[in-house]
Amino acid sequence: MKHIISLLMENEAGALSRVAGLFSARGYNIESLTVAPTEDATLSRMTIVTSGSDEVIEQIVKQLNKLVDVVKMLDLNDGRFIERELMLVKVKATGAYREEMKRMADVFRGRIIDVADGSYTVELTGSGAKLDAFLEALDNSAIMETVRTGASGIGRGDRILKV
Amino acid sequence: MESTGSTTGAISGAEIVIRCLHEEKVKFVFGYPGGAVLHIYDALFKQNKFKHILVRHEQAAVHAADAYARATGDVGVALVTSGPGATNAVTGIATAYMDSIPIVVISGQVPSYAIGEDAFQEVDMVGITRPCVKHNFLVKDVKDIASTIKKAFYIAASGRPGPVVVDIPKDITAHLANFEYPNSVEMRSYNPVAKGHSGQIKKALKLLLEAKRPMIYSGGGTVLGDASAHLIKLAHKLGYPVTNTLMGLGGFPATDKQFVGMLGMHGTYEANMAMQDCDVLLAVGARFDDRVIGNPTHFLSQKRTIIHIDVDPSSISKRVKVDVPIVGQVQSVLGEMNELLDAETKKPDAAALKAWWATIDGWRGKDSLAYDRSSSIIKPQFVIEKLYEVTKGNAYVTSDVGQHQMWAAQYYKFDKPRRWINSGGLGTMGVGLPYAMGCQLADPKAQVACVTGEGSIQMNIQELSTCKQFHLPIKVIMLNNRYLGMVRQWQEFFYENRYAESYMDSLPDFVKLAESYGHVGMQITKPGDVESALKEAFAMKDRFVFMDFITDQKENVFPMVPNGKGISEMIMGDDPKSKTAERPELA
Ligand SMILES: Cc1ncc(C[n+]2csc(CCOP(=O)(O)OP(=O)(O)O)c2C)c(N)n1
Repeated sequence: MKHIISLLMENEAGALSRVAGLFSARGYNIESLTVAPTEDATLSRMTIVTSGSDEVIEQIVKQLNKLVDVVKMLDLNDGRFIERELMLVKVKATGAYREEMKRMADVFRGRIIDVADGSYTVELTGSGAKLDAFLEALDNSAIMETVRTGASGIGRGDRILKV
Repeated sequence: MESTGSTTGAISGAEIVIRCLHEEKVKFVFGYPGGAVLHIYDALFKQNKFKHILVRHEQAAVHAADAYARATGDVGVALVTSGPGATNAVTGIATAYMDSIPIVVISGQVPSYAIGEDAFQEVDMVGITRPCVKHNFLVKDVKDIASTIKKAFYIAASGRPGPVVVDIPKDITAHLANFEYPNSVEMRSYNPVAKGHSGQIKKALKLLLEAKRPMIYSGGGTVLGDASAHLIKLAHKLGYPVTNTLMGLGGFPATDKQFVGMLGMHGTYEANMAMQDCDVLLAVGARFDDRVIGNPTHFLSQKRTIIHIDVDPSSISKRVKVDVPIVGQVQSVLGEMNELLDAETKKPDAAALKAWWATIDGWRGKDSLAYDRSSSIIKPQFVIEKLYEVTKGNAYVTSDVGQHQMWAAQYYKFDKPRRWINSGGLGTMGVGLPYAMGCQLADPKAQVACVTGEGSIQMNIQELSTCKQFHLPIKVIMLNNRYLGMVRQWQEFFYENRYAESYMDSLPDFVKLAESYGHVGMQITKPGDVESALKEAFAMKDRFVFMDFITDQKENVFPMVPNGKGISEMIMGDDPKSKTAERPELA
């Protein structure tokens, strides 16, 4: 099953490679990994999207906790949470596509943020599943380029990951 | 932070490094100089609080520091230069990592302004060692040296111990700063557990007391966690059988009647059968690894309740799902268990226990460690038995990796923890001699025996020179079968006797070799001479003696659980398949 793990790490050089190295060394899946500093400059927040059996996820959580630089972590799937990802898609906008692409962007609440002669760039935010759905809805040959940020996640209500 | 040691005037980074080691009460630093650590060596030259042991290869420096830690429980320290010095240290670091040994390795680095420019002798030490350290640091400011080294020692020794690397660029060791050594370490990201969960401990004890076929399985964690006395007390009160892993030998005394021998790939028949057939298993500081329980599916085909005590939560339910996990220091958890047991009125089920012991004694009757004692060629097992007798079981025994290691583990009866020093996790050939150096320095008056093979010893043979320089009266017990014996054994079992590159050709004359290094060399060829030669060697209390025992080339280690099989699926020494007669003549 897919899990989204959030963690707070000391904002030290090499912190990212410790996490990435752990996943590759132990053969864990990693779908996406995002990292950025927080309002507290000494901490980085990381969101890792991974998948595996319950046993594997349990090991991933334990192994991440074992990293000396990891301050706190949360498996978002243990409770209610919100997931958001940003995607930019450059699509063909010639002929019939010009109208269709605009309509598709509207349906998915995307925004066209760049217009050129033969193409649009659509910005779309949502869960990973929503972004996948958008790509599936498009005619494959219309897609020129996609770029995704990877998921960020946060617990709902008073589920807070903070030091 | 409060501090103990401090200076009023500024001193160099190199001097700070030395002062930190003084504050940590380090007695030995194992190392090898080079460009990036010359400032540190210059500062080291001006002090005499600790002794520097100049090895002949950085790998040996780390192994010796590792053995010092294994023998004493204190953090071992190694010092190496950048680039090749650092990479030479990596095998030692990985070896310590796999066995959870607390060491601090200080490596020199090219000057900070040159990092990333492919400077002479530059290597990304923090990157290279990341997967085989508990933690590592690159020091970027002279003001951070003291706090980093303080953290390094703390991290290495606490929780589940392990190696920590501190990489220090050369210019940082020249910069000046005031020295202030922190008294204590506060890390919001690192808080190892101490006590176990009391509810879980109660639950565990209840299950233990209800057991019909109980078993205690103790590993390296019992030795490293200094929990041997607690384990003995618990086992004696319960009267249950105990097995030790290869790393756990000495944690529970081998001569105790409740000891059923080592378990695992080359464990005794009774230990492996009891492990498979028990109904309640108490695992203490052990990790159910592949060499211990064999195939996990086969292991789990038998239903049993498992209680697992370990300081590292990630060791629990990694290979085998357990029923009662207890995360905590083994010493503290066993202590609490003993207190509960003292107050407990319920007793173990005496009738069930009697029947269980009768079953175990039946397995014992198979005498799985029997070997041909009337042989006219020296049997390797015989040498270890005699070594045990001559040293009265009191020696530190280090070993290399191979058949000789397994025989040492099977036939030397370790009654005390921290006496059996070997590379269990990584299985590093070449550790034996540097391990013996670390032990001899830790305990100068003790008898130290390095059990090795003619293959392994050559992987760090240069250390004969270090042993001469520091007058280390180690006794090398080389079981010379002219083969990479363990490799040959696998080739016999799984590759139809195709001995691909397992013959050790062009061996040196080890007696002359030892002599040329200034040591005593002996060659022993007859079983009748084994005991007298050992006595003679150990009587030379101040000499290093290299003993070349010419042993049976064909002997194999039994019992053996083939790779991927279940632990009760052992090949025994008296199986037809193991008969030497059916094998081709050896070279
Ligand atoms: C550094 C290293 N290289 C290779 C191996 C694989 N290996 C395991 S046992 C062994 C043979 C050891 O031979 P020897 O030291 O003569 O001991 P014996 O098995 O004959 O007692 C080898 C090559 C290893 N464990 N370590």
